[in-house]
Amino acid sequence: MALVTDTLDSQQGGRGRSAASRTRARSGGPRIGSHIFLLILVIYFITPIWWLTVASTKDTAGLFGGSGGPLWFDDEFHFVDNVQGLFDRQNGIYWRWLGNSFLYAISGGVGATVLAVLAGYGFAKYRFRGRGAFFGILLGAVMVPLTALVIPTFVLLSEVGLVNTIWAVILPSLLSPFGVYLMRVFAQEAVPDELLDAARIDGAGELRTFFTIALPLLRPAIVTVLLLSVVGTWNNFFLPLAVLSDPLLLPVTVGLNGWTALSNAGSGGEALWNLITTGAFISIIPLIIAFLSLQKYWQGGLSLGSLK
Amino acid sequence: MATTTAPTSSHRAEAHQQVKHRPDRNYRRRQRWGWLFVAPFALIFLTFLVLPLVFAFRMSLFTSTLATGDRFVGFANYAKAFTDPLFLDGLLTVAKFGLIMIPAQMIVALIAALVLDNLATWASKFSRLMIFIPYAVPVVIGALMWGFLYSPRFGPASTLFALFGAEAPNFLAQDSIFGSLVNIVTWQWAGYYMIIIYAALRGIDPGIYEAAVLDGASDRQIATRIKVPMISSSLVMVVIFALIGTLQFFTEPQVLRGVAQGAIPTDYTPNMYAFSLAFSYSQFNYASAISFALGIVVFVFSFFFLFLTRKQSGLK
Repeated sequence: MALVTDTLDSQQGGRGRSAASRTRARSGGPRIGSHIFLLILVIYFITPIWWLTVASTKDTAGLFGGSGGPLWFDDEFHFVDNVQGLFDRQNGIYWRWLGNSFLYAISGGVGATVLAVLAGYGFAKYRFRGRGAFFGILLGAVMVPLTALVIPTFVLLSEVGLVNTIWAVILPSLLSPFGVYLMRVFAQEAVPDELLDAARIDGAGELRTFFTIALPLLRPAIVTVLLLSVVGTWNNFFLPLAVLSDPLLLPVTVGLNGWTALSNAGSGGEALWNLITTGAFISIIPLIIAFLSLQKYWQGGLSLGSLK
Repeated sequence: MATTTAPTSSHRAEAHQQVKHRPDRNYRRRQRWGWLFVAPFALIFLTFLVLPLVFAFRMSLFTSTLATGDRFVGFANYAKAFTDPLFLDGLLTVAKFGLIMIPAQMIVALIAALVLDNLATWASKFSRLMIFIPYAVPVVIGALMWGFLYSPRFGPASTLFALFGAEAPNFLAQDSIFGSLVNIVTWQWAGYYMIIIYAALRGIDPGIYEAAVLDGASDRQIATRIKVPMISSSLVMVVIFALIGTLQFFTEPQVLRGVAQGAIPTDYTPNMYAFSLAFSYSQFNYASAISFALGIVVFVFSFFFLFLTRKQSGLK
């Protein structure tokens, strides 16, 4: 676990400075070649998002050949009209989709994290019967592709009448074997047994020891697992596509994909393109803001998975 | 994946604890709490992983007909799957994607991480964030966006190519769709892998480089002889993620299918095949067999890869 704290420290500047002086000492100036390479990468990675930003300010005619071309704003600015269009279309179903995405991502993500924290701590700090066997099975499960479970899960859920309810998305999202694995590896090192024993000697029960001693120490891993499982649920396409057919329950990704299919089919002149681009643009803002504002957590945290 | 790697300290602690606590009845009683902590997860694990797997396996052994209902057919569905050209073509397609896409993602991620690790300017910090940003874009939205960008009607390609006096290729045609999909996946995931690799690079003690510089090592030598070997466990991890992701390829081709009319069939990848079998043709039994077979293939590949790289990954 030293790795993670080191990483965080260095991002706060500690090693950054020494690396900078080292660089200067060795090559005597900023590295032009490296910076050009980075510039090319940044352009590649950011252009699609830039395009989407620009496109969200255009009407359908503008998308097909406005005055600004595909990569620049038109003379006319239609962003507000497009947002208005999103409210008008099918009684604002887009906003309902966005709300559904939040509901699924947060309940699935938080739920999966709670389960992972409890289980990871249990695996790390107790030596109960069957622990080794269960953890071995869990490790194998990390390699089972979750999409292989979608169709059987659909059939199971339909037998108990849960298909086409929010539970059909939320409950399977609670499953995060990788989260449990990360949490166990982290808890093993970050929560010293001596500390737990000390709390016990002071008369704290197991639950109290967990909440007051272990939980604060596990915080970096909790943020990581939460982030990964929220993104995982927010991103999930196969599961909601399979288990939901009621348009009012769809997450924004499946909903927008449906609009695209409709527009591509081209029947009846459904010109939704401007709504699709604006809807897509609005839907990516929350996660981008979350990532930018939680930088210091995820940058250190994402390396957790690669710990030895 | 790395339980066996932190053994010394925890084993010692365990032995120590056992010696210390053996006579302690409280110790034994306390260990039962472990099950209580694990139980909620175990319940979900059983319901949404073990049960569907068992269920899928059971379903895959039957065939369902309107006239006679469910009929036990043993492994006939698997025999059918592994001789079904549509399934085998799908497997071949994802194998081809794996061969091109995983190295593409790895090379971009690794080189970007190495360059970023060598620089400590505001520009490199900014670049790191920008390269990562696509990970925050849902895969469906990413695919929709690229669908627009590729489109001859909306996209900037024709404008960009016109700058050089060339005509833009049709990215959505049958013979270019493969490369177009590789590009989308690389765009989406390389930044995420870069962050994992970058964080691992930051974990190396810089003192090692100073010694190498004194010995006259160039930047390139430091990168290839010191940095890459030292982060091999992270690299193995990233390849496993990419491998599992690639073999279950679904979202991007499914989304692009609408735009690239005719270039992507419904059975393009095994997951798409299973999906269309289940939801367009209601062949749930055969779809389960396909899913289960794919799951086994992914599992075997990941396991085999971990076995091959057990030295690099630190797993023994």
